[in-house]
Amino acid sequence: MDADIRESAARERREKLRLFLTNWQGLTGLILVTLFFASAIFAPWIAPYDPNALDVPSRLSGPTWEHLAGTDQLGRDTLSRILYGGRVALKIAAIGVSVALVVGLILGMIAGFGPRWLDSLLLLLFDTVRSFPTIVLALATVALTGPSLGMVLAIVIVTSIPQYARVARTATLTLRNTDFILAERSLGASMTRTLLHHVMPNVIGPLLILAAMDVPVVVTIEAGLSFLGLGVLPPTASWGTILNEGYLVIRDAPWMVIAGGIPLILTTLGFTFLGEALRDIFDPRMGKGR
Amino acid sequence: MLYYLIKRLGLSAVVIGLVVLVLFSLLHLIPGDPATIALGPRATPEAIARYAAKMHLDEPVWRQFAIYIGNALTGDLGLDVFSNRPVTAIIMERIGFTLALVGAGMSWAMLLGIPLGCLAAVRPNSWLDRVTGVLSVGTIAVPSFLVSIWALLIFAVHLRWLPAIGAGEPGDTADQLTHLILPAFAIGLSWVGYLARMVRASMLEVMGETYIRSARAFGLHPRQVVFGYALRVAILPTITLIGMGFGGMISSAVFAEIIFARPGIGKLIFDAVMARNFPIVQGAVLVATGLYILVVLFSDILIAWFDPRVRESL
Repeated sequence: MDADIRESAARERREKLRLFLTNWQGLTGLILVTLFFASAIFAPWIAPYDPNALDVPSRLSGPTWEHLAGTDQLGRDTLSRILYGGRVALKIAAIGVSVALVVGLILGMIAGFGPRWLDSLLLLLFDTVRSFPTIVLALATVALTGPSLGMVLAIVIVTSIPQYARVARTATLTLRNTDFILAERSLGASMTRTLLHHVMPNVIGPLLILAAMDVPVVVTIEAGLSFLGLGVLPPTASWGTILNEGYLVIRDAPWMVIAGGIPLILTTLGFTFLGEALRDIFDPRMGKGR
Repeated sequence: MLYYLIKRLGLSAVVIGLVVLVLFSLLHLIPGDPATIALGPRATPEAIARYAAKMHLDEPVWRQFAIYIGNALTGDLGLDVFSNRPVTAIIMERIGFTLALVGAGMSWAMLLGIPLGCLAAVRPNSWLDRVTGVLSVGTIAVPSFLVSIWALLIFAVHLRWLPAIGAGEPGDTADQLTHLILPAFAIGLSWVGYLARMVRASMLEVMGETYIRSARAFGLHPRQVVFGYALRVAILPTITLIGMGFGGMISSAVFAEIIFARPGIGKLIFDAVMARNFPIVQGAVLVATGLYILVVLFSDILIAWFDPRVRESL
């Protein structure tokens, strides 16, 4: 009996893997996402120059063999800056998405499992946070605290939590009255135990898919705020600061805004493709809401 | 319906109240003297004293909040730090530019996206459906501020077809329209994708219903079946999407206004942030957020009006 179940689970896994490998969107996404991780992690080894090394004589040059993506107004190599900018994007995405996911998961399960008043209160809080257009809230906060990497992270986390929490809450609500949860509760399991051992494994799947789809949003917020000069500050290389510096010289040197935008598009496309392929394979019903 | 309306309106009022509370407490959560934080390091002692008096900073915090709410309700959002003009008047001068931009962006996206979604749904897996699918994902994934920058580069700097900055001469409608094209294109582009996908998905679902089969069996023209019967039901989730997505639209508009130097509310907030002019930031953020809440409210009421099942669920 046990072996049967295990074998059918293995068969199902093989089937899902086959589905994924025949999905061109998913594969393209996987390649782009791998590229994003690899280029960010190995940036110090593959970047041709120091991202902050000045080479004033060849400033604002277009693509040449020495500088494949051209240089900026201080003669810094754009390709190297892009590679290092990917590290900033990766850092924000990794920390921002995982913290938002964990907090959202916990709050969502509490809302779904806890008393009615707590549920209403949390929902109201989520609604309030979601009522702010993200960039507008970010502007208001940065106006008071001044720009920094930590501020970008805080904004990303606060604005992402509600969507994770809402999905976790809905999933918890449907689980709440299933037989196995009721059985667990009637055996005297504590609420923490029930949530951690029985609710969470059933809720986490859709949240992970949501996380893949959330990465483009987070990366875009970081790049956008840095572009406005309200996120990562120069001279640190980030895709947003490269675009900002390129925007200022857009009439003389179009290369920078082109080169700075391409990695951003490839990353958002990659995670969107990957997230959608995973969603279609693991959770076909979720797709209908979009 | 009336019951739903009252409950939904009440909920929005509470959310707006909480939004004001958040904006208000931002100032007090940060350590230091609120007046100095709000006005920045360059503020003169007179300006700080004026701000402190205006915001009643010597009173207890809860009273300050009550006074702020009371003033906001009567349309008084405080005074601009530099020009000393009422914030409300400044916002009113600018908001038209933002509304025109958001309206134009959403309109062209709807005019293109909704028919595209319908056509794709009528012939699933045709070449048109595939192209629409790829285009949708493609446009959704591209950040709107990047579209703004690249559109500026291509059409204004390189080809010189359209003006790059400003909103056009006041009173000259043609000039203002040419200044509207690029930013509206930039903020609407990803919405073409969203709308086409959403309409396609809900359309496919509706086309399988029995009443559509009946309409066809009666020999109605396919165009009438799709646009007259199916779309009327399939559009409902799309209305929700538009309402919910309006906040993203405002965020995109903020970028477009800054990139194209368009004097809307987003540019106003940005300039005020740069100049540490917090009363303007506070007021303009409140108005932008309030606008978003109103749009969501409106779309929810519209849905409830069309679909009685929604009324029960609140």
